[in-house]
Amino acid sequence: MAIWRDPDKRAVIYQVLVVAVLAWFVWSIISNTATNMEQRGLASGFDFLSTGAGFGIITTPFIPYTEESSYFTVFLVGLVNTIIVAAVGCFLALILGFIIGVARLSSNWLIQKVATFYIELFRNVPLLLQILFWYSAVLKPLPGPRDLHEAGDKVFLSLNNRGLIFAEPIGQEAMSTVWWALFAGIVLTFIVRALAKVRQAKTGKQFPVFYAGLGLIILMPLVVYFALGRPMDFEPAEMSRFALRGGVTIIPEFVALLLALVIYTAAFIAEIVRAGIQAVSHGQTEAASALGVKPNHRMRLVIVPQAMRVIVPPLTSQFLNLTKNSSLATAIAYPDLFSVFAGTTLNQTGQAVEIMAMTLAVYLTLSLLTSGFMNWYNSRIALVER
Amino acid sequence: MAGGRIYSGDLPDQPAPMATEGPVAWLRDNMFNGVFNTVLTILMGLLLLWMVPPALNWLVFNANWTGGAEACRVNPDGACWPFVSARWEQFLYGFYEKSEYWRVNILLAVLAVGIVLLVFEKMPGRKYIAFFMLFIYPIMAFILLYGNEKLGLPIVDTPQWGGFMLTLVIALSGIVASLPLGILLALGRRSKMPIISLLSTIFIEFWRGIPLVAVLFMATIMFPLFLPPGMSFDQLLRAIIGVALFASAYMAEVVRGGLQAIPKGQYEGAMALGLPYPKMMRLIVLPQALKIVIPGIVNTFIGLFKDTTLVLIIALFDLLGIVQASIADPNWSIRSVPYSGYAFVAIVFWICCYAMARYSRYMEAKLHTGHKR
Amino acid sequence: MQLTKSIAAAAVLAASVGTAHAASETLDAVKAKGFVQCGVSQGLPGFSNPDDQGKWTGLDVDFCRGMAAAIFGDAEAVKFTPLSAKVRFTALTSGEIDVLARNTTWTQTRDTDFGEFVGVNYYDGQGFMVPKALGVASALELDGAAVCTNTGTTTELNVADFFRANNLNYTVVAFEKADEVVAAYDAGRCDVYTTDRSGLAAQRTKLSKPDDHVVLPEIISKEPLGPLVRHGDSGWGDIARWSLNCMINAEELGVNSGNAAEMAKSDNPGIKRMMGTEGDMGSKLGLDNSFCSNIISSVGNYAESYDRNVGPDTPLKLDRGVNALWSQGGILYAAPMR
Repeated sequence: MAIWRDPDKRAVIYQVLVVAVLAWFVWSIISNTATNMEQRGLASGFDFLSTGAGFGIITTPFIPYTEESSYFTVFLVGLVNTIIVAAVGCFLALILGFIIGVARLSSNWLIQKVATFYIELFRNVPLLLQILFWYSAVLKPLPGPRDLHEAGDKVFLSLNNRGLIFAEPIGQEAMSTVWWALFAGIVLTFIVRALAKVRQAKTGKQFPVFYAGLGLIILMPLVVYFALGRPMDFEPAEMSRFALRGGVTIIPEFVALLLALVIYTAAFIAEIVRAGIQAVSHGQTEAASALGVKPNHRMRLVIVPQAMRVIVPPLTSQFLNLTKNSSLATAIAYPDLFSVFAGTTLNQTGQAVEIMAMTLAVYLTLSLLTSGFMNWYNSRIALVER
Repeated sequence: MAGGRIYSGDLPDQPAPMATEGPVAWLRDNMFNGVFNTVLTILMGLLLLWMVPPALNWLVFNANWTGGAEACRVNPDGACWPFVSARWEQFLYGFYEKSEYWRVNILLAVLAVGIVLLVFEKMPGRKYIAFFMLFIYPIMAFILLYGNEKLGLPIVDTPQWGGFMLTLVIALSGIVASLPLGILLALGRRSKMPIISLLSTIFIEFWRGIPLVAVLFMATIMFPLFLPPGMSFDQLLRAIIGVALFASAYMAEVVRGGLQAIPKGQYEGAMALGLPYPKMMRLIVLPQALKIVIPGIVNTFIGLFKDTTLVLIIALFDLLGIVQASIADPNWSIRSVPYSGYAFVAIVFWICCYAMARYSRYMEAKLHTGHKR
Repeated sequence: MQLTKSIAAAAVLAASVGTAHAASETLDAVKAKGFVQCGVSQGLPGFSNPDDQGKWTGLDVDFCRGMAAAIFGDAEAVKFTPLSAKVRFTALTSGEIDVLARNTTWTQTRDTDFGEFVGVNYYDGQGFMVPKALGVASALELDGAAVCTNTGTTTELNVADFFRANNLNYTVVAFEKADEVVAAYDAGRCDVYTTDRSGLAAQRTKLSKPDDHVVLPEIISKEPLGPLVRHGDSGWGDIARWSLNCMINAEELGVNSGNAAEMAKSDNPGIKRMMGTEGDMGSKLGLDNSFCSNIISSVGNYAESYDRNVGPDTPLKLDRGVNALWSQGGILYAAPMR
């Protein structure tokens, strides 16, 4: 009786073999890399992270950065920029994708055709081309700052080819009260929503949660803000000889990258949404109509919740794609992680192994976080089988 | 009965009321039913009026179709198509030896015929054609493209490959190499052996979690470090390996979807017949699973095809790369040239991807014969 | 390693190239395969750029053709590998190419870490270009300006150093490729475009109105551009060095592709040594004694190459400037061939 005849033992042998081959493979890569790096005199280790970078970066939100800052700060700047564009991009792509997906099923002939055209056009052209296109489409029509302002002007809001520049809000001490009011508004909205649900379950009466929330989150902080005598200063930008200095700037590279990512990904999301809505049996719509549910309630309460179960898993992949695709920022000078860290820093220091390892770790972590969140959401909305 | 008239026989047909037929009714029913739809239609119509005529003007009516660089310099407000016609050979073949173009032409012709035969379902011997395209064609393509002294074909080095041909080489070899790897990984991920399943999952999630730019970058910069000293790979081969590994992870997920869609009874039936695992997979499960996932494979290929544009960052001259290099030519330094070049690339990619997407959707519709609205 | 090796053997596209160590190893390998593999840029007009026939032209390309002529007597026995700035040194150290002529600045780090520079074929320096409408006469007036430049080169660091040293404010917009920089500068994204002055001249031709822009007088860095070879094969390095020196010396001695045959009969011992009619200058390099005469007759001397690729009659319109011979007020000074 050979050991090969027993499936369990065979499985063990297979796995041991695979692990052995893999271990040998990994070991040989590591040893080769070490030998090669030594032979070529390449430095190793993470000491370079504390060295001064020596180059400028166009936008460094939330992180103070100068040319003297270390390569590690460059890493953080790139990380923040990547996260910002990915997060905003996912959010906007979801909204636009939903609108186009619903429009694709619209009864309005023109709207339906335009939505179809949109999807077919943007899905089938490489993203890199679209990024280049949107960059020039954003830059071309905008005037230069010198066409708009005289030197010495104080400017509160300006849209020119250096970006959208607005006065920097600086809160006084009393501003913290306003933030607390906003926070309280959000918490209260959640409480109201929970109470409204309980009431509807008991009495069948509805409560306008949306308007109540609107009032709590927007109106209440505003009232507090004005009651305290507007405790916020706006520091305007000042026109120097060439450009506006100071203020907050949203650079055109960000806008172009965001536009391209959102428009490209939304085309895919729209198809996912369409498929999801079509996957809900037509009987559901008819049954809802028969029960007298209003058309907009029908969509919101009957169709979409069921469609979401089909939509969420592929939607997760699209969010991941968008995050990964943000690495194409290199093409248009948006300083994302890949551009400033895996690009400039790598070129400056030559420490490919360490830098690529850190970069990959970031993208993998972002992927895991996104997947984790979407899986959690998916399990929450999953069909509870009875 | 005063004043009444009695007809005998049928009355002649009256034309339908204006309100239910004809273009006006169609417009009303499909575009102007209700305030909301009317507003939408008008807004959309305005948007189209604002965008479409200038685009068409630039692309077609106001474009330069003939003449050389001079014509474009005189009229910079329209696309400059002479730029494309002056360089189309480069856009198609890259820097491939002129005298050897016939080799590429043969391959393109075989590819086109093969695809047409494969798409045509009633074709007898379709299985053999598929086998030929998947296994024999790549070998033939390599021998023809690279050359072989013994066969009297002069060697054409890979740095000379470029243009649309290179785009096809990378995308096709990426997909052909990723298919078997993807199947293995999908089987591995669904395997009952915990370590194999775990390793497959890690492999798949790793490659799906990192950007292709990073993969290509590693293939160029770090791959040489991984190899034993004194040994090196061709740059193009490195890129293709990177692309194939990247695509195999996506392929694995597509195949896994197919495997999951096969009813459990099929597995159980095969096992009840005493088929060992490899035979069960090869004869029962995979043929069914792979058939369902054809649309998924095509979609992965579309994605891969578009992503080949990224190889320009590692200095391979694919279609986009060669167009960018041509734009740099000082003899063609005209404002409309870059836009024309990019528009040309976009149109080429759009045609290829759209055709593939249509095919994928057709397959999907054919396979999905269930409840439709 | 067995596995990786067998992968390499089986891999359909593999083209393994060994790393050279012995003095003549690269030359032997080059002679065996019948051509020189030369790394160039992906497309920089005047230095290395494929024309609409797919033929490579430029100053760096001419240097590579010169080496081919020196070794094989045939300027076409060369193949070009386009390389991005990031991968150029990896390609050289891994043995993918035999020589790197990719407008590469000679710096100490690069000379010690990546390869052996064999000389300078163009003396460059980083400069600034601004729209005339800006009314700026000196780079020192650029306080607060937005600067467009390339990422991944010494340029980005130089500009940071310059602005910091002069206590000026600036924002930098750094792109991956030169074309993207030009497009952004042309669209008004920046006030200033900075790169090597030869690059400024080349890219200026692509602006919608080239005459509306001026190059400022400041040169903020030294950029001696030259070819380099791998460390550890000094014999090969010598061939590269003297191929370059041959072209420069030929200009100095008045020998060009037109009069090469005639000049070979000259009585001038310097010319005779160079043309190989006297002495054994070629065989010292392991080449034919006529190696330099081959270069001159097929590629031309330095002046011919310069005028053809970057000179005043080309779209780049670059004057000789510091790249003139030392005897004509420049700093081009090749060691004598004796």
